[in-house]
Amino acid sequence: MSSLSTLTPLTVKEPTPLRNRMRGGARYAPTLATLGLFIAMFAVGAGMYPSFLSGQVFLNLFIDNTFLIVLAVGMTFVILTGGIDLSVGAVVALSMMVSATLLQQGWNPATVIFLVLVIGGGLGLLMGLIIQYFDIQPFIVTLAGMFLARGLCYVISLDSIPVTEGFFTSVAQAQIPLSGDLFVSPGVLLALAIVAAAFFILHHTRFGRTVYAIGGNEHSAMLMGLPVTRTKVLVYALSGLCSAVAGVLFSFYSLSGYSLAAQGMELDAIAAVVIGGTLLTGGTGYVLGSVVGVLVLGIVQTFIAYDGTLSSWWTKIVIGGLLLVFILLQRLFARRTA
Amino acid sequence: MNEIVPVVEMTDIAIGFPGVKALDGVNFRLFQGEVHALMGENGAGKSTLIKALTGVYTIDSGTITVLGEHKQFPTPAASQAAGISTVYQEVNLCPNLTVEENVMLGREPRRRGSIDWKGVRSRTREVLAELHLNHVDPGSLLSSHSIAVQQLIAIARSVEINAKVLILDEPTSSLDADEVNQLFRVIRDLRDRGVAILFVSHFLEQVYEISDRMTVLRNGKLVGEYLTRDLSRMGLISKMIGKEMEALAELDQAPARTRARTDSEVTPFVEARGLGRKGSVSNVDLSIYPGEVVGLAGLLGAGRTEIARLLFGADKADEGSIRVKGVSQRIRSPRTAIDKRIGFCSEDRKEEGLIGDLSVRDNLMLAMQASKGWARRIPRRVQDELVAEYIATLDIRPANPDALIRNLSGGNQQKVLLARWLITSPELLILDEPTRGIDIGAKTQIQKLVNKLATEGMSILFISSELEEVLRLSDRVAVIKDREMVAEIKNDDVSVEDVMTVIAGGTQ
Repeated sequence: MSSLSTLTPLTVKEPTPLRNRMRGGARYAPTLATLGLFIAMFAVGAGMYPSFLSGQVFLNLFIDNTFLIVLAVGMTFVILTGGIDLSVGAVVALSMMVSATLLQQGWNPATVIFLVLVIGGGLGLLMGLIIQYFDIQPFIVTLAGMFLARGLCYVISLDSIPVTEGFFTSVAQAQIPLSGDLFVSPGVLLALAIVAAAFFILHHTRFGRTVYAIGGNEHSAMLMGLPVTRTKVLVYALSGLCSAVAGVLFSFYSLSGYSLAAQGMELDAIAAVVIGGTLLTGGTGYVLGSVVGVLVLGIVQTFIAYDGTLSSWWTKIVIGGLLLVFILLQRLFARRTA
Repeated sequence: MNEIVPVVEMTDIAIGFPGVKALDGVNFRLFQGEVHALMGENGAGKSTLIKALTGVYTIDSGTITVLGEHKQFPTPAASQAAGISTVYQEVNLCPNLTVEENVMLGREPRRRGSIDWKGVRSRTREVLAELHLNHVDPGSLLSSHSIAVQQLIAIARSVEINAKVLILDEPTSSLDADEVNQLFRVIRDLRDRGVAILFVSHFLEQVYEISDRMTVLRNGKLVGEYLTRDLSRMGLISKMIGKEMEALAELDQAPARTRARTDSEVTPFVEARGLGRKGSVSNVDLSIYPGEVVGLAGLLGAGRTEIARLLFGADKADEGSIRVKGVSQRIRSPRTAIDKRIGFCSEDRKEEGLIGDLSVRDNLMLAMQASKGWARRIPRRVQDELVAEYIATLDIRPANPDALIRNLSGGNQQKVLLARWLITSPELLILDEPTRGIDIGAKTQIQKLVNKLATEGMSILFISSELEEVLRLSDRVAVIKDREMVAEIKNDDVSVEDVMTVIAGGTQ
């Protein structure tokens, strides 16, 4: 525990394989707890409202939260390195404003989407470079990025700009049929593809493992000769890129651009990541956990919609409560295994 | 030997920090297939030299060649690319990842862009087997292993890179005898395979056991390079501390100090009865009389630090009682303890004691200001005098009040920490591992200081892993075992073996 002193112990106690296995399992515990919570909430919902238990209600959780899933993916990378990105909500709004404005002026949708991705990724890259080379707290740099992006939204327009362009409206209305009457939106497929790619990157590439190593001990990672600087910069660029993708997906969903859109969405993304079992201190967590975290947030909203009498602001209160419970659970768990 | 090209040759190296000249004109050579010990007191520049070689610090002047080729190491990655690998005292791996990842991180075999996890595992198994670590499961978390095994895993990482140079910085300071033997077996193995090994340790016996040659540094300057077999231990020490052996001779003398009175007519300064805390320690009965040094002896993790934390209020006791000067007290927090004039020098001086980015003066003034009350300003002139007095009394080096704490060596940081507590004039001072990882000179000074403080009437609880040191200083020794106090021995001619017998004996 606290003492690593040099006095000769009589026996060296190596942990038994069983204990090792338990420790290995313990890594997944917070994420599994979130999954259990989600299933439990779904079951309670089904008990209270018979129509709750339908495949489409489940799929709607994805359809209504595609952008949040993509944001949570980017945020997971950042938080795994022990950082934070507060700019994502504002970058979503900026991406929507830019697309809506340019589409209104008759730009080609492919060019617009490409430009939006460049802006989002570029802003993230810039923030990453500042964080790394001037050694400034990510909190401050991304806060500045948030004000910048939000401010640019107001510069573009104070009013809501509708999107009437053909490609965007057709994607917004498209439904991809699954078995029976079930369907998903194209955005869901894109979001899931991004989740799959993120999973692959985090668990099967050196870049991904370096992300975990930095979160575990940045100094050690540096001393091990890992590309710490490059990885940390890229993580913010990736988060910026994810925000831009989320902005495009949100445009498909809402078919408008509005400078006040996605207010506080960065906090929803952080909440989803934390509820999904990723430690804010970095180094521990799973991108699939973050997806479950988003689904938990989604199901809380669904509950309140089904109830019908509660104000939608109750969503925030429940999410706040859940967040607190999860952080307390993680702390208790860490104490028990320490 | 002259015709052989050294693997590493460092010439005329200089590195300076604000207020401190860490290295000045140092030369260093390292040959293939040798174990080379880098010796010197704390603050002599050993760590700095290593960090220059590993690319953590950039050198101000001088040259580094590897196998005759000029090299510059702006980053640790550059140094590793040149075949230099380092295992630091505080194992620099990632505790949140598995053993195999820590061994292979950054060099995982890949197939079509994806990490080949099977390849990672089999390669890790091979490397672990080379180091006789077959019992370590490559898939287990690094944090589930002892420090000793973690250190060997760090070495496995260097073996995996095929490092030409392996630097071991204080590798044995947290290991027990068996673990040291295992480590030395591995070191000899690697040496025989032609790896050049740079070994830094404070344990003279270990240095003599393992090293072939040594380079001695003092105050950032080179003293010389010697063959281990040609240099006696006494010769080495006098080269390290640069003066004759008086200091060392004093160290061996029994403390010439009259025993504190511990009879029933004297009230102990602090008296704990049945003190304990769930999940920490239990059944602690301990009295410390004014002017008495009580030592705590026990194995790694036996609960020594935990007892100190209970007495200091850093952890709250949930059973038993504490009386201070005969009055029952509840020590709820360190603040209460400080009010009752109890001081606690923690073993973790970096994390818990000092503020590295402040100067020596500022760190001392923090304590002074706290003890005087924040509202009363201490004039600069008085500050200077007080700080100068403490620097002189404790021989803090460099004797520069404006040097930043983090640029001081471990021994000198420890002295500043001690000074900080002495300023508050405590009546009971708890010293947790005050001499760990510091050199002989500083160690002697701290031991003498403990004696002096006790003579002046201070009660001292002395915690150390070195039993010899505990026995040399203490009037009484409390033996801690398995988180309970199992015995209290009056220190009349007690030997280390006696205490070990108590620790080893009894029920398991």
